[in-house]
Parts: sequence; C-alpha cells; structure tokens
Amino acid sequence: MTSVLEPPVLLPEDPRPIASGALRRPARTDGFWSWITSIDHKRVGIMYGVTAMTFFVIGGFEALLIRLQLASPNGRILDANAYNEVFTMHGTTMVFLVVMPLGAAFMNYLIPLQVGARDVAFPRLNALSYWLFLFGGLFLYSSVFLGGMPNGGWFGYAPNTSIVYSPGHNIDFWIGGLLITGIASTVGAVNLITTCLNMRAPGMGLFRMPVFTWMALVTQFLLLFALPVITIALFLLMFDRNFGANFFNPANGGDPVLWQHLFWLFGHPEVYIMIMPAFGIVSEVIPTFSRKPLFGYKVMVFSGIAIGFMGWGVWVHHMFAVGLGPVSITAFSISTMFIAVPTGVKIFNWIGTMWKGSLRFTSAMLFAVGLVSMFTIGGLSGVTHSVSPHDRQQTDTYYIVAHFHYVLFGGAVFGIFAGIYFWYPKVFGQLLDERLGKVHFWLWIVGFNLTFAPHHILGLQGMPRRIYTYPEGTGWDFWNMVSTVGSFIIALGLLVFFANVRRTDKRHKRDHLTVEADPWDARGLEWSTPSPVPAYNFIESPEIHAVDDWWHRKYTEDEDGRMQRLDDYDKAKASAEEHLKPGQAVHLPSPSFYPIIAAAAIFVAMFGVVYGRSAGANYAITGLGVLVLVCTLIAWALEPSTEPDDALVDADADRLLGLAPAGSAQAELGSGDGGGDQPALTSGGSSGGGAG
Amino acid sequence: MAAVAVEHGSEEVEHQAEASGHAHPPTNTGISNDKVAMWAFLGSECLLFGALISTFFLYRSRAPLGTVKPHDVYDIPFTSVSSFILLMSSLTMVLALSAFNRADSRRAMVWLSATALLGATFLGGQIYEFTVFIREGMTMKTNPASSAFYVLTGFHGTHVGIGVLMLLALVILIRKGRLTPERAETIEIAGLYWHFVDVVWVVVFTVVYLLPL
Repeated sequence: MTSVLEPPVLLPEDPRPIASGALRRPARTDGFWSWITSIDHKRVGIMYGVTAMTFFVIGGFEALLIRLQLASPNGRILDANAYNEVFTMHGTTMVFLVVMPLGAAFMNYLIPLQVGARDVAFPRLNALSYWLFLFGGLFLYSSVFLGGMPNGGWFGYAPNTSIVYSPGHNIDFWIGGLLITGIASTVGAVNLITTCLNMRAPGMGLFRMPVFTWMALVTQFLLLFALPVITIALFLLMFDRNFGANFFNPANGGDPVLWQHLFWLFGHPEVYIMIMPAFGIVSEVIPTFSRKPLFGYKVMVFSGIAIGFMGWGVWVHHMFAVGLGPVSITAFSISTMFIAVPTGVKIFNWIGTMWKGSLRFTSAMLFAVGLVSMFTIGGLSGVTHSVSPHDRQQTDTYYIVAHFHYVLFGGAVFGIFAGIYFWYPKVFGQLLDERLGKVHFWLWIVGFNLTFAPHHILGLQGMPRRIYTYPEGTGWDFWNMVSTVGSFIIALGLLVFFANVRRTDKRHKRDHLTVEADPWDARGLEWSTPSPVPAYNFIESPEIHAVDDWWHRKYTEDEDGRMQRLDDYDKAKASAEEHLKPGQAVHLPSPSFYPIIAAAAIFVAMFGVVYGRSAGANYAITGLGVLVLVCTLIAWALEPSTEPDDALVDADADRLLGLAPAGSAQAELGSGDGGGDQPALTSGGSSGGGAG
Repeated sequence: MAAVAVEHGSEEVEHQAEASGHAHPPTNTGISNDKVAMWAFLGSECLLFGALISTFFLYRSRAPLGTVKPHDVYDIPFTSVSSFILLMSSLTMVLALSAFNRADSRRAMVWLSATALLGATFLGGQIYEFTVFIREGMTMKTNPASSAFYVLTGFHGTHVGIGVLMLLALVILIRKGRLTPERAETIEIAGLYWHFVDVVWVVVFTVVYLLPL
C-alpha cells in the first residue's frame, strides 16, 4: 500500500465542539482569519503567489527607478547612496521575494495534486514556511522606515559589508531578512521532499511523476543543501558585525574571498533553484499545447538531475577575476561548459515536443516558447562566460546584467507566467482573457528585448555595473535610452496582466461563468479534479498506470502513433467534474494558529539581533522572541494535526464556497499525510529541529 | 492505454501491497514522513557544519603574531573527557529507545533523562572551557582562528542545547501520558538528531582539537 487517500465518510449528525489546547482551535472556514490559520497547501500556494506578485511590483518599481536614473548621462533622480539601496533591493527582492516564492507557489499548489495526495506531508510546517517568507520580506523592507535599505548589493561582498564601510543598520536588515527567508525555504524543502518521496498515489513510481514535480524535487534538494551555506555565510557576517569576529576583516587576517566562496557556493545552485520550477512548468505546458507527449521524458528528468548535481561544481566562474590561479580557473571553465549540455538537452527536447505537434498558441504556450527562445540566448551568453579570458573582459559590466536577465527574466519569469496562464483556471476557476494575455506576451517579449539586449552592447562598450550615473561622451547614451524605453513597455505589459485578472474576475462574476475541470485537454493529474480544486483535492485515491495518466484515460495511440480519442473520453471528463455527494465528507487536518505565531516570534527575535549591535540590552528582544518561539513549538507539538471531530468537509458547503473565486471563501482545507494518522507530536519535533 | 504501462502499474501496486504486509507506514518508501523529514533535515545540517568546519580549517592558523590562537590554549585531556561524556550519551539514547520499544516507559524516562544530563554536562564543560580560554586571552575578537573556533564549537553547543530541551520535552510527554510506546518512533527520530550531533562532535573534536597545525 502507498499513501492511499482515506475514502469519504458520512457526516456525523451531531458534531461535537472542537477540542481546545493552549489556544482555541481555529474553526473559521471563510474570511480573513481562515486565511491566517489555513494550512491547506492550495491556500498557502495562493498566498505565496499573491505575496510574491506584490513584491514583484515593488521590485519592478525599483527597476524603473534604476532605468530612469540611467536613461541619460548625469541622471539626477537618485543620489549615489539611494541608487545603491535601490539596486540592492531590486536584486534581493527579485531573487528572494519574487522568483523563489513564485516557484514555491506553484510547487505548493501543484505537487500534492500532481502526485495524488490530499496535502503536503506537514501542512502546518507548510504554513510556517509561508509566514516566514512573508515576515522575512517585511523585515527586509522595514528598513525603509528604520534608517535606510540594504545597500551592499544582493551579493553583499566583504569587506564592503563590514562595520567599517557600512556602519548603519542597512546590512543588518539584509542579513536578518535573508536568514528568515532561508529558514522558510529550508522548512519548505524538508516538507516538499518528504511529500514527493512518500505521498505518491498508488502506482505512481518515481518515474511516473510529472516533470514539473520532478523539477520541483530537484529544486528542493538544491534548496536543502544550498541554503545552509548562505546561512553560515550570513551568520559569520553577523558575528563580524555584532561581536567583533574577524571572518571577513582583512585588517586582522580575515579573508574576504571566503565570503565570495560561501556566497557563490550557495549562489550558483540558487540560479538553478530559480530556473528549475520554470523548466518544470514549460515541460507541462508545451506537451499540452502540442498535443504530444513530452519528448524524452526520462532524458528530461535525468538532465534535470544532472543540472542539480553539476550546479555545485561551477561556482568559481563568478570569481574568475579574483585571481585564484590557472588550475581552478581551468577546472571551473570546463565544468561551466559542461553544464550547458543537460540544459541544451532540455531545449532540444522542448523543440522535439513541438516538432510536428498540432500547436495551439495560447497565452500560456506563447510564454513557454518565450522561455525556450529567450533562455537559449541567455544560456549562450552564459557559455561565453565560461571562456575565462572573455569573462575577464566582461565581468562587472552590463554584459553580465544582460546575461542574467535573459536567464532569469526571459527564462524564469516567462516560465512562471506561462504557468500562471496555464493553471489560473485550475486555481481560481476563471479563464484569463486570451486576447489580453497575448497583448501581455507581445508587450513583454518586445519590451524585454529592448531593455536587455542593449545591455550586451553596453557591456562590450565597457559600461560597468552598479554605477549610479555616467558622464557625457561615453557613447552609452543611445542604448541606455532604448533600455529605459523597453523597461516601461515591460511595466505596461504587467499592467495589462493585472487588468486581465480584474476583467476576468468581473466577467465571471457578472455572467456566473464556471470553468470545466480540464479546459486545455491537458495531461496531468491535477486536471482530473474540479476547477477550482475542492478542499479535499480528490474524492478517492487515483491509481496511476502511466506517465500522464490522466491523458491516457482520455486518449490512446493507433499503430502509426497517431492520437485516438478513447471511448471512455466523455466518461473521464465527467468523472473529473465530480464533487463529494451531499452528506459525504472527508477527514482533513485542522487549521492552526501556531505557524504564524512561530514566524512572528522569529521576526521579533531578529530585530533584537539588528539593534543588539547598538545596545546590548536590545538582545533581550531576541530572548523574548526565542522564548515565545519555544513555547509555541511545544504547544504546536501537543496540538494534534487533526482534531478528531473537526475538519469534515461538507460536500454542499464546499460546492457553495469552493466554487467562489479566489479572495473569497473556500471551504477549509488541509490534510495530514493523506494516508494514516499523522502523529502530531513528531511533526512538531521535526519542526523544532527545523527552527533550530 | 498502453498495455505495457498497465502491466508495470499492476506490478507496482502488488509490490506496494506486499510492503504493507510488513506493517510499514502507509508511505511510498515504507519510512514514515517524520523520519524522512528528519533525514532530509540532517542532510541540510551536514552542509551547515561543513561550511563552518571548512571555515575553521581555512583559519585555524591565522593569527597575527603575538595573539593567542586556539592551538595555544587547548586542554586536550579535559576536552577528551567531555567528548567521552557526549559519546556516552549516545549509548543512553539507544537504551532509552530500546526500553520504550519494550513498553518500559519508566526506564525510557530514566535513560532519556540520563542522556539529557550527559548532554548538559558536556555543555557545562564547554562553557567552562570558553571561560578559561577567554581568561587566557583568546576571545571572539582576537584573530580569525579564535573567531572560527568559537563560532563552530558554539554552533555545535547550541545544537546540543536544543537536543537537551527536546529530550526533556520527551520525558515530560511520556510522564503525562501524551507519548506512548506505540509511537516509539518519536524517540527514534529524536535519537537520529542526537546521534547526528554526536557524530558531528567526533569530526569537530578531531579536526579542531586533535589535528596538529
């Protein structure tokens, strides 16, 4: 037996009141508090997405400030320090508060659905991850009101971040914010790895997992092993700043290059952490709209795993200019060239999937093809960095800026938006307007290339990164202006997207439109359950017989390999629309107050660390936070994951509430390990470890 | 539907059905979620300590002339004794699990308390050691070697401290009847953490204290 879902049960006639622990168990299923206490992976995923999208707007605003400042020589919009703050926060926001959490949004929402589970392995830890991410972001941005934003670059190179050169609290907020989001990602990684390994539906061997779930699993392993390295780097920096340690202090024998090693040993896997979920997304989108199976499923999976391993052996290509000697530069040049191979394999497999397919260029497909083409350009300029003499020429110029925006915007962000257009009907029960979606795509592909292609030229002309202005007569004026114009076209594209969301919502509400379970005639298991997904995900445990099992319930192939609709097609489609029958219910774990309290405690404790540097007494704040955290974790451990008489989802209630669009009520969700009883105690135990 | 796929499918289902016959938890791996999570977490911890140990290795002889570095102040016999105490706590941890597996809650509580006590003794030794070193002129600020020493061993000590709290919490839970022998796996998982922290100390003691400069 694997993690077979508990079958539906009959509702008790007289439900008893909910047992109470230290805090009354939250019982609301709608409204504000239900979101605060929700542990359902779908709600957590939506909260991740909405929060990250908000940060995307903030980070985008910062990008526009940068572009306005650099539009023409001697820009006066920002002074040097403000410019440092803005580009630091642009990078930090986009990496840690936008691309990573948007990936997390998809992984949280989709992994349990794609493996056929009722929830992730540890629903409360999942909520904790989200709240830590949110509080980490708030912590970073609280610096706006508390003396200035971080200004040392997203890489925070030593010794510029030392107390000598950065005496303010800016860098302290950077350290604290990244530590908090780091805990969030580590907890999430433990949780999602366990989910992928342990909670697959019967018949779903590892090599029947959808490619998105596979890429998510690789991402989570990268997170699991990369985050402790940056955590230590940040700890060492904190000890330098707060307690006078000498890790990165050259005056006393410390070595600033150690920071670079630790940072990039995290930083390069981080690149793959950001791009892998997007690779997974397009691996779902392209087959669906090519109406063909993914070309080379296993090769796709193995190349993902290969990238996961090789991603650990290339970090020194960020440091070719440091002067580490010919041997290490040669070794890392070669490994950097090699890592292009599995990535190239993926590109060719996507092209192979589209080859002779019956292509449908929906918005989602356009964005996916956008990733394939734009990422290829970014990947090729990446290969040029592996040639170290060339890299010596380009390092710290706008050429690098061009490269990583092609892979992270042209790659990751395009992929994520492919995913948004693709799964929006599944998540919110509304189909985004295709016409506006295509306008969005074309604005972005034009704006994106206008913004970042000129950076290649500027870099080759020698324009350095991170300069807040440049004099006249450098010959950089024209392409900088083009780039600024492009950035506003990107902003316009994003506005079109938000207008689309708003219009779609209005139209669906006005005309009472609903969306069928499988509007794209897609392949993954998540399409075999109603849109939006009800609290319990699946009524009964799906049984898996093939990769893309849902597709095989609808289609088969004739001898010539042509697609044939099965006689059962309509039956399968109808089965996907089924909800629980009235009176039936599913036992789901209960919401909890503790995740948000634990996250808030860490948030408060971190302020003590920041201000402890100014006055030792402020460490009392940290003590208070830790005390609250310990008490919370003990209460958490004692709270059963599922209240015995709680969280039975009524089919009718679910139908009424669950079909309402996002932002309004959905029936309360969340579940344990989908199979047996989740011992609440040990789940708390591992959380204690995670927090420690 | 491809016939091959169906065949594979049923094979797998059978295989899994077989696995459930051995009273494994209802998961794909046959290992409970909690245990998989703890192993994953410990994997992450390896990199945490790995980064710290590498840092120490890089810095262990970096000290401006005339400043006290760790190798000048080590008291190997003292630290050997406290290391032995910590290693013995792994034995008592095993005995606690074994007792709980035999449904002997009383003995389990005794051995868990003993483990916590040994851990606390080790911590006491570490605090004493730190105060001696500071008196001999080696503080966090002295040189990169001293910084790396205090952060690495302090980080390990914090892990021991969290472990002691966890063990005490388990004792209280058993006492209050909230943790019963059917869920002996909880003790096993706490034990995984405890043994891991012990193993890390074996590495730290070797690398930090015993390896000559």
